[in-house]
Amino acid sequence: MKVLQVIDQAFRTTGEEQDDTILWLTQCMRSAGANLEVLLTGHGVFYSVQSRPQPPLKFGNWQQTEPADITQDIGRLREKGVPVYAVREELIERGLFGLPVQLGVEVISRDAVTQLYENADQIWHW
Amino acid sequence: MNNNSINNSMTKTLTFAFMDPPFEHERTITFFRLLDSALEKNANVRVFAYEGAVALAFARQQPHGNAVHSRDTEAEKHPLTKDWIAALQSKAKDKGLAFEWINCGLCVDERGVNEAIDGCARGGPADFWRYASTAHNTLTIGTR
Repeated sequence: MKVLQVIDQAFRTTGEEQDDTILWLTQCMRSAGANLEVLLTGHGVFYSVQSRPQPPLKFGNWQQTEPADITQDIGRLREKGVPVYAVREELIERGLFGLPVQLGVEVISRDAVTQLYENADQIWHW
Repeated sequence: MNNNSINNSMTKTLTFAFMDPPFEHERTITFFRLLDSALEKNANVRVFAYEGAVALAFARQQPHGNAVHSRDTEAEKHPLTKDWIAALQSKAKDKGLAFEWINCGLCVDERGVNEAIDGCARGGPADFWRYASTAHNTLTIGTR
């Protein structure tokens, strides 16, 4: 069974969980043998052009030492053989098109999303 | 038909992944309605509770009175999601269906909601994949 993980939100949980919780889940399930692909759409496309870790949180004398590193997480997914796609039109609408895209992330047109959905057995839209 | 004989090779199993905590979103109500409807349609149900959803089964949830409503604890009968889960467990049992529930263990730890009601186990993403890959279909409901 092949599942397409659709992520259309950016920075959900990244402060407290120190990762994107769906990217984390995808890494874990891949390690358990799952056949997965990731589609970044909506605000989620920002992950494809992000190049630095999240700024660490600081409250009073409490200082975060291990903030989320989305770029690293996407890189790990690619190393594990998980294809990662980002929708071109979503990048354009947000003024992000033309920025360097993380190595291994494939930018696809909105029209190509249909085929991506067709090729998966299940779509999990988070 | 004997309700206790429903669970056979023709029975479909549906997996749900849910992320929202109790008492905050209408999605939580909708999620429980979906579970109830699945059982009503004689489907086995499996739930992977992720992030805040692990508190849905927290055994220490307590009802409270409400002075604004002029009702004490007993009269208010405040809804508790742990009771909804128990009710669905009971419904599934009466119908001869399976109702399985796994909480993401790390999510439980960070929230301190380790005490879950009976029938709700601790697990992780591998369990979610096991649930999903052997189910008829899976519905994921992310938090917003």
